[in-house]
Amino acid sequence: MKTWQRFSGVILPILVVAALVAWPVITGKAANRESAFTILKAIALATSLNILLGYTGYVSFGHIVFYGFGGYVGIFLLTEKEWSLWTAILAGGVSSGLLAFLLGTAILRLRGAYFALATIGINEAMRAFINNFELFGGPTGITLKFSVYKIYGGAAQALQTTFYIGAGLALLALLLSHIVRTSKFGLGLLAIRENEDAAEVMGVFAPSAKTWAYVLSAIIPGMIGVLFFFKNGNVEPHDAFPLHASIELLVMVMLGGQGTVLGPILGALAYQGMRGYLVTSDFFKDIQLSVSGALLLAIVLFIPTGAIGWLRQRIPSLRRVLA
Amino acid sequence: MQQINLLLTSLPDGILLGFVYGLAAMGLTLIWGVMNVINLSHGPIIALGMFGTFFLFTKAGLNPYVGLIPIAVFGLLLGVLIYTVAVHRVINAPHLSSLLATFSVNMIIIGLGTAALTTSPYNVDFAAGSFKVGSTTLLGTRLIAALITMLFTGGLYLFLYRTRPGKYIRAVANNRAAAELMGVPSTRILALSFGLGTMLAAVSGALIATFFPFSILAGGSYELKSFVIGVLGGLGNPVGALFGGLVLGILEGIIPAFLETSWVPVIEFGLFVVILLVRPSGLFGAKQ
Repeated sequence: MKTWQRFSGVILPILVVAALVAWPVITGKAANRESAFTILKAIALATSLNILLGYTGYVSFGHIVFYGFGGYVGIFLLTEKEWSLWTAILAGGVSSGLLAFLLGTAILRLRGAYFALATIGINEAMRAFINNFELFGGPTGITLKFSVYKIYGGAAQALQTTFYIGAGLALLALLLSHIVRTSKFGLGLLAIRENEDAAEVMGVFAPSAKTWAYVLSAIIPGMIGVLFFFKNGNVEPHDAFPLHASIELLVMVMLGGQGTVLGPILGALAYQGMRGYLVTSDFFKDIQLSVSGALLLAIVLFIPTGAIGWLRQRIPSLRRVLA
Repeated sequence: MQQINLLLTSLPDGILLGFVYGLAAMGLTLIWGVMNVINLSHGPIIALGMFGTFFLFTKAGLNPYVGLIPIAVFGLLLGVLIYTVAVHRVINAPHLSSLLATFSVNMIIIGLGTAALTTSPYNVDFAAGSFKVGSTTLLGTRLIAALITMLFTGGLYLFLYRTRPGKYIRAVANNRAAAELMGVPSTRILALSFGLGTMLAAVSGALIATFFPFSILAGGSYELKSFVIGVLGGLGNPVGALFGGLVLGILEGIIPAFLETSWVPVIEFGLFVVILLVRPSGLFGAKQ
């Protein structure tokens, strides 16, 4: 019973990811694989953001900076230094983690809206800087040579491989999220979220805990960035640091329920599913942004704890399963 | 020598632009000062102001400066509407809620705007002559825009310090609970403050439309500039915003003389983050 309880929160998330991997394998359609990849990417990113946003309570409006920066470093190593995809992905994750560590020690002193503003500033400063940085190709970015894919069995096989790596990273993200949530470290983060000053009085060393939460939430986005731009074939400043994508991640976390393991996963599924529907529907495709906006507004105003939080409030017996 | 010539042409331009940037930022910082909400729908409202000028001038033939009056009224009403629908419920919630609520308004405006106006650029073909001072030429539109900005700043100051609703706004900004106990209708005052903030944004957009081509997405970069200026001048300090705007304008005037123009945003946002870290109350102090 005790072991079951400890792992109960992570069973549903793993099932969701497994279903997403099985879906294209069973149907055998490449289009389904692409949709599943987009959702897995969203799950990995939203789950990572949740470590900072949901557990620690710090609103990062520019979290996509880690995705872009890690992606740039990885793709640069892949093309210029001819590293393999695996090492490039690791390097992307490490460099994003390092960036988060350096930034975190500085900007995590800011609280509330000031922190949110600083993260926007960092994203924009990084985008503008990369735009001028000749080593990374300046405004045109870096394009992968088609021959790169040969090592991975040609372009078609490489797409298949990236899909499985993407699934692996999503799984890694949710395991990390679960471990943080159930650890003593995570308890410290939750205490910081509720009341930072009180947490410090109770013995949580907030500056380092926050910095590590920031680092943990940055590593997987960096790895996903390398993977995505490898699959994409090129990386440009405009694609690497889209501010609106940062906010989409916030929406996913809010939608599903911040501070839970399952919440961001459900949010990512629901958001991507809704977007897919709106973009392709004849009636909504022109105003899909407005419809998403109106939905977001409704969620923020009426169910601020998200789907999971709402369910947990309504049905107490679900609290054990929906961690 | 060449650099000095370049400076002489770009610096006055930058300063005049800085006034208008300051006006936009004043709207943002006023809302922050009164209710601690960062209005992420600021950019689209600036863009709506731009389109206001476009339609009133090209379709109705109204002089852009006369057109400012209906645009200001529209901005005020739109702000009151946004406050009532989207902001009022989350005014006491954590920051994430109000940020996301105003951002959803941003999405709604951009979505409808894109459907109606597409994202292709528009242009207001209007000129107000130019003045030659020594070797530099000042464009009439920019000079008038700077004058109008000063007029609005003066007007805002008089409103906040000399009229009853203005004093109410300052009271609510200072301590909402105490103001309510004194009988200030705080909900209406908050709605009014939000409306004033969006009014300033719409007016600044209307003025910018007389200098540059624009699209429905154009407000985004001015919104980011407003963040930078707001932090430079101290969030919540409207007069600081004007100075912050001038600082940004001067930077935009000076940097191109020494570096490529594409470095301007790097320096702006770098400065923004540094100021947030070193002096979060801004160069001129936050709200009193």
